[in-house]
Amino acid sequence: MYFDSVTLMGVSKRLLDIDGVEKVSVSMGTDLNKDLLRDSGMNSPETDQAGPNDLMIVLIHEEGADSELLLQKIEGELSRKPSMESEGGDVVPSSIRTALSDFPDGNVALISLPGQYAAYEAKQALRQGLHVMMFSDNVSLEDEIELKRFAHERSLLMMGPDCGTAIINQAALCFGNAVKAGPVGIVGASGTGMQEVSCLLDAAGVGVSQALGTGGRDLSEAVGAIMTIDALRALDSDDATKVLLVVGKAPDKPVMEKLVSEAGSLHKDVVFCFLSPEKYADEEGVFFANTLEGAVLKVLGRLSDSERILDVELPNKDQILKMSSGLKPRQKHLRGVFCGGTLANEARMIFKEECPGIPIFSNIAHEADEKLPSDGRCEFSSVVDMGDDEFTRGRAHPMIDPELRNQRICEEALDPTVAVVLFDLVLGFGASKDPLTPLLKSIAEAQSALAAEDRKVVFVGYVLGTDADPQSRSACIDELKKAGVVVAKTNAQAARIASELIKEVANHD
Amino acid sequence: MIKDLFKKELKVFNLGAPTFAEELQAQGVDAVNIDWKPVAGGNPLLLKALKALDPDVVDKANEEALSIYLQGEPYLVDYCVAKDVIPNFEDHMLLHAGPPITWERMCGPMRGAVMGAIMFEGWASIPEEAAEYAASGKVKFSPCHEHDAVGPMAGVIAPHMCVSVFENRKFGNRAYCPVPEGMGGKLLRYGAYSQEVIDRLHWIATEFREVMHAALMQCDGVDTKSLQFQALHMGDEGHNRNKAGTSMYIRAMAPLMIKSGLPAEKILPVLDFVNGNDGFYLSISMPTSKVTLDPVKGVKNSTMVTAMARNGVDFGIQVAGLPGEWFNGPSQKVVGLYFPGYGDEDANLDMGDSCITETAGIGGFALSGAPAIVQLVGGTASEGVEISKRMYEITIGENLNFSQPVLNFRGSPTGIDIRKVVETGILPTIDTGSVHRLPGEGQIGAGITHPPMDCFEKALIKFAEVYGKPE
Repeated sequence: MYFDSVTLMGVSKRLLDIDGVEKVSVSMGTDLNKDLLRDSGMNSPETDQAGPNDLMIVLIHEEGADSELLLQKIEGELSRKPSMESEGGDVVPSSIRTALSDFPDGNVALISLPGQYAAYEAKQALRQGLHVMMFSDNVSLEDEIELKRFAHERSLLMMGPDCGTAIINQAALCFGNAVKAGPVGIVGASGTGMQEVSCLLDAAGVGVSQALGTGGRDLSEAVGAIMTIDALRALDSDDATKVLLVVGKAPDKPVMEKLVSEAGSLHKDVVFCFLSPEKYADEEGVFFANTLEGAVLKVLGRLSDSERILDVELPNKDQILKMSSGLKPRQKHLRGVFCGGTLANEARMIFKEECPGIPIFSNIAHEADEKLPSDGRCEFSSVVDMGDDEFTRGRAHPMIDPELRNQRICEEALDPTVAVVLFDLVLGFGASKDPLTPLLKSIAEAQSALAAEDRKVVFVGYVLGTDADPQSRSACIDELKKAGVVVAKTNAQAARIASELIKEVANHD
Repeated sequence: MIKDLFKKELKVFNLGAPTFAEELQAQGVDAVNIDWKPVAGGNPLLLKALKALDPDVVDKANEEALSIYLQGEPYLVDYCVAKDVIPNFEDHMLLHAGPPITWERMCGPMRGAVMGAIMFEGWASIPEEAAEYAASGKVKFSPCHEHDAVGPMAGVIAPHMCVSVFENRKFGNRAYCPVPEGMGGKLLRYGAYSQEVIDRLHWIATEFREVMHAALMQCDGVDTKSLQFQALHMGDEGHNRNKAGTSMYIRAMAPLMIKSGLPAEKILPVLDFVNGNDGFYLSISMPTSKVTLDPVKGVKNSTMVTAMARNGVDFGIQVAGLPGEWFNGPSQKVVGLYFPGYGDEDANLDMGDSCITETAGIGGFALSGAPAIVQLVGGTASEGVEISKRMYEITIGENLNFSQPVLNFRGSPTGIDIRKVVETGILPTIDTGSVHRLPGEGQIGAGITHPPMDCFEKALIKFAEVYGKPE
């Protein structure tokens, strides 16, 4: 039997690892190998006489070691069969460049790296002709502007930084919902805002062609809506898209003018949804809404198919009275506890409009006199965005890890001045696989503590999602209703029900 | 165009949270996770250097550099006395492997080789005198690479030694390499300096050279690119395994020797000598690599590595855009298998100019095609394939002349880009022999090694100083 030298060197190496073996040499009896043995003093009369077809095994072992056993092990090594990995050598690409050489049809880079590295990789991706979606935040404004200009020159998407939602060709990237394909093209600087409008469109029987995120700063004066405008133009020339919908915070005047003039020059109608109390007048082909729900209603109005409707009817007075019955006179306040920042903002704006004169505080209020104190507590009504930086430092967003959020729901419910606890439940890709169970648990905990004090609060909830999402929306709604939660059909509707309740209890004495 | 994306099948490269790729896969979207590491290990200085370079300019220069390399037409044309052909070979000069080094810093085997070369030249007659002579300052030491030459292991070339002469017929440059003395330990390149060693060098410089010269005069040179191409399809990788190449070489040379009309008693010892040395072809693959890489030197804005070499203490690289400069770091251990009776404690650090083969896209870069030696790496053939595949991540392009059958005849990864090495943290893989740290003990094993990252980092920083745009 012949063994090639490399195999035998491998055998020798493994034998050295066996306890008791000091030195070992397994080699064929060639002249060269016999010389090597002599040089290392491991030769013997037997090896000196070996021929090139003889296998020489020289073993120097510790005193007392079982030489028979060692020889058995050597035999085992020599008869060892190689593993039958036929080709293998699969290499996971370590850069965009190599990924592209292995998969030349790659077209989008999804980047969620730490901010300090994200811009560099995004540039590499754009340079190689990939569209980029950047979930990462903590990217400098200068880098953002450079990346977006670079992408613009190359007719590529640069979605983000800080872009958490997109739907491209019916696939949700990062956080998004399984919505029907349809005629509405969405461009958004706000993640949950885009999720809400896409789900409402789905609920109305209309679908979405594409939803392109831009990142929260795109509408700032410094960035100048580079990506919003590029995305609008792309959707304007897309045959599958009939109406355009832009979702974001109201920009400053120069950007607003730029956007409106751009929208006016497009072939398709554009609905702008800016969550701001300010009202803008519709123009030819350009429409405005200041709630997500309102924007969806405007979009539906732009579509010729009038069958598509969204049920936003509010409960009547009797129903509100029924919900609020049993609340104690001290219970006056609303506490909104949200996962979605834009949802929190929409709720806050609706409350302010519906309940003028009733103060409401929030961690995301820009108005100094409406800002929640730094401990996040107040003795009035409030809306808290649990996805804001202060709660997500060092931990996952509440859409992924809702523990803090659920605790907060329980705490707020137990505040004896609270009448209504308002919350959202965000489903979809990227979100927690089972956000319902822990939420129900927190609600049940609160309810049993309240019952012990012979009290109640009204829980008003909204489930953002579709029935095609991995977590079934209708099942969530059923379970929440069973738990006594008033479940609304839109986030705005939930905020209005909550507002009606607060107005109602304001009259209680 | 952005809207074109809406008509395509989405294919996503995911950098960061793997869950985003999983969620896409759950929706039936093709999402590829990228095994991302911080660029340049997150080192801000290196990141700055990378950013300072205009990728379009450098990429273009690298394409040009690679194309110069690929166009090379290497031919073996003659065997000559070193001082007659090697440029700037001054009196009392000895050439050595790797970047510049002084006698004081040389490792054991290189010192031994220097002593042997001194005795070969007759500058001293006994080892003690030779050592004294080497230390006296009378000998000028200079890297082979600075004289268009490459030498394996210690790589010592003395003025009267025999060297092979290679010509790049596309660009007209030449390269030189010493003749391998055989197998085993008692060889000058491992630092042996016994009389037997010196006698063999004299035989090579006279009788061997006479036959080889006469043979090569019978033809218009031997096309070594074609030899290399064939050897790579026969289980060689051109650095550590050269059995096929050696056979091909004999096949090319034997008829020419006969044709020369020299008597059989002159030819036979030469043929026997080559035939008895499975590694002979390394002395063809090295200068073939060198002579095709050298025209790349001086291509402005190019980050392509034109030489990697080690002297047993330092590992040095040279870069196209920075011709003549060495960027050094410490030579590394060779990790692999040892011949019986040897171990880590006996091994010298990595040594020799032989990694010019990896610089040229063979050797460790073509390991997929040499399954017979991948056990040196630790085992399976698939590991060899994996190593080859990895090298695509740090190279400029592919050399279809050197295709890899196992990879569906994909060209070997060629043209190391210092930017890519620094960016990815992936070092070139060199599969090489390991040598005993004492002079004249010889080769004691073989395995895998890498250049130190320092070389590439230093080169990149200098490159950015020279070619980068100021902030």
